[in-house]
Amino acid sequence: MRLTGLIVPAALIAALVAAFLAWQPFSSITGDVPPVEELAVELTRLDASGIHVSVRAAGSLPMEVAQVQVDGAYRTFTIEPEGPIGYLGTAAVHIPYPWVTGDTHHLNIVTATGTTFEHEIAVAIATPETGGTTILTLLLIGLFVGIIPVAIGFAFYPAIQSFGEAGRNFAMALTLGLLLFLLVDTMGEALEVAEAAVGGLKADLLVWMSAAVTCLGLLAWGRRSGEPPRGAELALFIAIGIGIHNLGEGLVIGASIATGEVALASFLVLGFALHNVTEGIAISAPMRKERLTLLTLFWLALIAGGPAMLGTLAGAYATTPLWTALAFGIGAGAITQVVIEVGGLLWRTGADGAPQWRSAASMSGFVCGVAVMYVTAFIVHG
Amino acid sequence: MRLSEFAPLRQFLSRRRFLFTGLAAGGGLLPAASAAETTGPMHGAHGGAHEGRNSVVGSVDHDRNGFDPHEMLTDWEVGTVSQTDDGRTVREYNITAVDREIEIAPGVFFPAWTYNGRVPGPSLRASEGDLIRIKFANAGTHTHTMHFHGIHSARMDGVPGAGEVAPGDSFTYEFEAAPFGCHLYHCHSFPLKRHLHKGLYGAFIVDPDPARHLEYADVAQSRLLGSPDNARWQEFVMVMNGFDTNFDEENEFYAVNSIAFAYQDKPVRIEKERPVRIYLVNITEFDPINSFHLHANFFDYYDHGTTLTPTLKTVDTVMQCQAQRGIIEFSFADHEPGLYMFHAHQAEFAELGWMAHFEVV
Repeated sequence: MRLTGLIVPAALIAALVAAFLAWQPFSSITGDVPPVEELAVELTRLDASGIHVSVRAAGSLPMEVAQVQVDGAYRTFTIEPEGPIGYLGTAAVHIPYPWVTGDTHHLNIVTATGTTFEHEIAVAIATPETGGTTILTLLLIGLFVGIIPVAIGFAFYPAIQSFGEAGRNFAMALTLGLLLFLLVDTMGEALEVAEAAVGGLKADLLVWMSAAVTCLGLLAWGRRSGEPPRGAELALFIAIGIGIHNLGEGLVIGASIATGEVALASFLVLGFALHNVTEGIAISAPMRKERLTLLTLFWLALIAGGPAMLGTLAGAYATTPLWTALAFGIGAGAITQVVIEVGGLLWRTGADGAPQWRSAASMSGFVCGVAVMYVTAFIVHG
Repeated sequence: MRLSEFAPLRQFLSRRRFLFTGLAAGGGLLPAASAAETTGPMHGAHGGAHEGRNSVVGSVDHDRNGFDPHEMLTDWEVGTVSQTDDGRTVREYNITAVDREIEIAPGVFFPAWTYNGRVPGPSLRASEGDLIRIKFANAGTHTHTMHFHGIHSARMDGVPGAGEVAPGDSFTYEFEAAPFGCHLYHCHSFPLKRHLHKGLYGAFIVDPDPARHLEYADVAQSRLLGSPDNARWQEFVMVMNGFDTNFDEENEFYAVNSIAFAYQDKPVRIEKERPVRIYLVNITEFDPINSFHLHANFFDYYDHGTTLTPTLKTVDTVMQCQAQRGIIEFSFADHEPGLYMFHAHQAEFAELGWMAHFEVV
């Protein structure tokens, strides 16, 4: 490869940028207008010393946090680092404040230009401290939401094994329904979280692109031998897709606990658990003909459910909307891959000479899959 | 489970709150004066250090602004004085409208429209019956006027069609100072809300002529700037205003004389033996009313300042709609020295900047 061929276009680009900056050809229209400012709160922590937020700025010029209101009153605060925040830079704002457990608090950050950025703390709850008990509780929530329901879903495996061709089609179509529901749900969550990130980060584009790259990469890897993945290998891919999705779910749950946006009641964890039992069924479905050991099932459960534990932990302490959106984007891509592969299996012609996807078993399986997800989703958000 | 309900955290929180309550109660036993000496006005009896304070952070550069809220309290603009042939006093004032960015709270800059580079504009002061001549030049980028609340002819009203001045032009308003009282002037170009909240307003005070009010000549004398009776008084002008810095038709900052929390951070000094008179004007845009509340004392109030006997006696709170104004008179002669709060008794306005202290010495 001739690197010299890149020199001319690179030099032309550099010349364009230099000329633009030196000449400023559009200063006559941009003139003396005030800078465009954007600011988002990414992390919120509440503790005995007050309210602590991490903000990310995206201004056309460096932005200065001049004053801070809490609940419509100016409050003393400190900011680290001091001084203006550059494009996509972050700063930590510490506000000593006697916040009230269970109440809603409103922040309003005033910049030097008088522009204001509001942020709501929906339900004020102390951010879990990084003690052993808290970490154990977060991991336990992850366990309940991820690994345990997937493992319970595996209990359907013996029943699936005993199915004939119609039963197999039903199970695979059911899986397809579950996965499609998850895909739509994951994409929805990804784009919702992306909106919370400051616009300059283009988190929504990142969601679509990371999904596309992940899907293509997994498709290529799954078909590296030339054949689409089948049986246990397909189950592994389904587990990977679901696992990344569960990482995102964990991040959201963890962040919700930390910011008090959801007062996470025990029954809500139960709701997530019931919802995710279906994931175990989805992983089992392609393995009808396999002889599986408990160890294999354990690994599959860990791959599909374990990331939820990592997610709750990271979400409670360290996640930002960008990373959560990225996790959901990758998850959506991974689920798309298995949707394509499971759909491919159903596309083939069956013993009766008709395409399997058109059979009554497939149709009813698909509808059942979507319906089960829809109904269990009520419990999660109820 | 709710993580906030972990027992160790709950105990920790309640212990801290108990400690804080104990400290605050102890502070309350100290005389106000020594509390002020030990902690300074910024840390007075209100708000513990570790729970933060209701205030802005930093300080405003008054030199860069070109005006200081403490000097504004007393810097009367009496104009250039001359006499007509028939012995009448003539006062000439030069006012120029200029666009100017001002710092209205530490680090917060507002693209204001100003009279003579300051918000509020100069506190114009005259005596009843004086001939007022105001040479108004517009060095701004929009048409402006000076509309006086007073008695004058239609031609001198300072509204579109009568004394509205295009950028680069000028106009001279001429009228007799009447009636005596506490008044104001402001721009009356349209859109009116924008021209007001951008900063084009100021106080216009007409002192009564004692010779015309023989039954209350002593009261009139005490209001007449320059008289020995008047010198005994501590007079302040306070224009209650607000700034909508993000242009959403709600104020982000409230103040008297523009700078949020200026008199909280540095109290207004009062000598306790001398009576106090405040010329209070409300020009706050977007909110229907504003108010003035004095702590630990009561005052007499003269609505519009157009009477020599109080219109409200012995009150500690008064409210004003936009452009309403009046004179407040009180004394701290019988009080112990210390910090005495005064503020809007809309807690919202107070916590957004209209919060202040008198330091009685």
